[in-house]
Amino acid sequence: MSGNPNSAAIAKAPPTGLFRLTTDQWTKPFWDAAREHRLVGAACADCGRFRMPPTPFCPHCRSQRIDWRELSGRGILYSYTIVARAIMPEMVDSIPYVPALVNLPDAPGTRLITNVVGSPLGRLRIGAPLRVTWLDTDDGVTIPMFTLEDNE
Amino acid sequence: MSICNRTAIVGLGSTPYYKRGQSLPQTLPELVCKAIIAAVDDAGLRLEDVDGFAYYSEGFDTPYLMETLGIPEVTFTATLTGSGGGSAGAVGLASAAIVSGQARTVVVVGGTQMAEQRFGSIVSAYPDTPENAFFSSSGLVGPGHMFALLARRYMHRYGATREHFAEVALSTRANAVRNPNAVIRKPMTRDDYFNAPMIADPLCLFDFCLETDGAVAVVVTSLERARDLRRDPVRILACSQGGGRDWGRSLYWMNMEDDVFVSSGHRPVAKRLYEMAGVTPADIDCAQIYDHFTPMVLAQLEDYGFCAPGEGGPFVASGAIRYEGGSLPVNTDGGQLSAGYIWGMSHVREAVEQIRGTAVNQVKDAELVLVTGGPSSLPVSGLILARD
Repeated sequence: MSGNPNSAAIAKAPPTGLFRLTTDQWTKPFWDAAREHRLVGAACADCGRFRMPPTPFCPHCRSQRIDWRELSGRGILYSYTIVARAIMPEMVDSIPYVPALVNLPDAPGTRLITNVVGSPLGRLRIGAPLRVTWLDTDDGVTIPMFTLEDNE
Repeated sequence: MSICNRTAIVGLGSTPYYKRGQSLPQTLPELVCKAIIAAVDDAGLRLEDVDGFAYYSEGFDTPYLMETLGIPEVTFTATLTGSGGGSAGAVGLASAAIVSGQARTVVVVGGTQMAEQRFGSIVSAYPDTPENAFFSSSGLVGPGHMFALLARRYMHRYGATREHFAEVALSTRANAVRNPNAVIRKPMTRDDYFNAPMIADPLCLFDFCLETDGAVAVVVTSLERARDLRRDPVRILACSQGGGRDWGRSLYWMNMEDDVFVSSGHRPVAKRLYEMAGVTPADIDCAQIYDHFTPMVLAQLEDYGFCAPGEGGPFVASGAIRYEGGSLPVNTDGGQLSAGYIWGMSHVREAVEQIRGTAVNQVKDAELVLVTGGPSSLPVSGLILARD
């Protein structure tokens, strides 16, 4: 099909030039940990349930106390898309890239909107086990991304 | 107090639908004014009679419209939160104003102009906020990239195929071919569909709505008064908006549980809509379904009860949504996929045409027409119009 890249093509990193990180007191710990290449999840310090993104209140018990827990970095591919066509000039050098939804099994109920990188497009499958990897950008921001556990 | 059967659409006005940027050098507020003038004229009313506005989208505001159009005083002016998800719901907002005595003649209007910012990459133009950081790092440049994530999971969960998406695109285009107001009237074949470029796999070019300019307005007043006006009233049988927390920010955070993730977020709104209307899906004669992306038409057909969850693909594959021979003709004007994308207001327009019996692809004896707004982050909305 036209526009479809070869299934052996490797997923690149997304066009991060379009991304400018801003944080607040609730989201900053996530990005601070990312800079240290630690994947963390927000658990309510009172009822223990996870939530991502880290909003100012637990939606279950309305507590404002957050316990940032370090996660294993394992993920499960929930859904993904392959972007192989640049609709903005900033995308040209990045295609193909793979925006992905990744469930975090050790933070039950949470899911990151992230990318699968460094993996052959033809091996992408919903349910595939993933492992976190880190993209350090030029402006000092680190973005968590994922790669297939089984890349061969 | 319900708005059921208390109000009616009495006037309809629209600009032409233009390909993105082709409406220049007109301005967006100018397009909106043209639609309002046409709608008020269609109703046989004067602009001086307008005393209320109900919106769901941005790009113009009430004091500008008053000064520009010479509207002396308004007693109601409100915008439904969100964006295109509120297009059907804005009609209910007008009804609520009238039923509660806050206004007598309310204009509902929406318009788009994409000369400066195309919608296809609009996500990249959203402000940098701490909340947006959780999706904007991943290269989701446009809505199509986001909806592709929903579409793939939907396919995985239910076994839906690109053949099903194609049927939505093809049936909608077939309607546009016969509509002189449609922006794209070239017939589409199955080969055309499958040869189109993949924009965000599994979504190809023809799974995306158009990028167009234009404006559509309707005039809403009480049903009692409507019966004394020039046009036959188009009764507002029911309208509902909002949605459940489990859909919430939906495509912006993507954290819905699986059963809701593969829906359109419309289930609670659909339930309340039918309850208010006192009708069932089987009573609906045709439907104008918000079609920014083909898979979301399938999910809405399910959420509005025309088929079971997961059966949207087989339902459309049976020919059910075809104008010719279908049990539920859908997007009879060619929809946002082929006629024009006016943030959902083109669907309100087509529903009014169907009830009036003036549609290009007229459904015989159409008495009840469903209109939806969304799916997007909440609110989403639904509307049922009825022949008086």
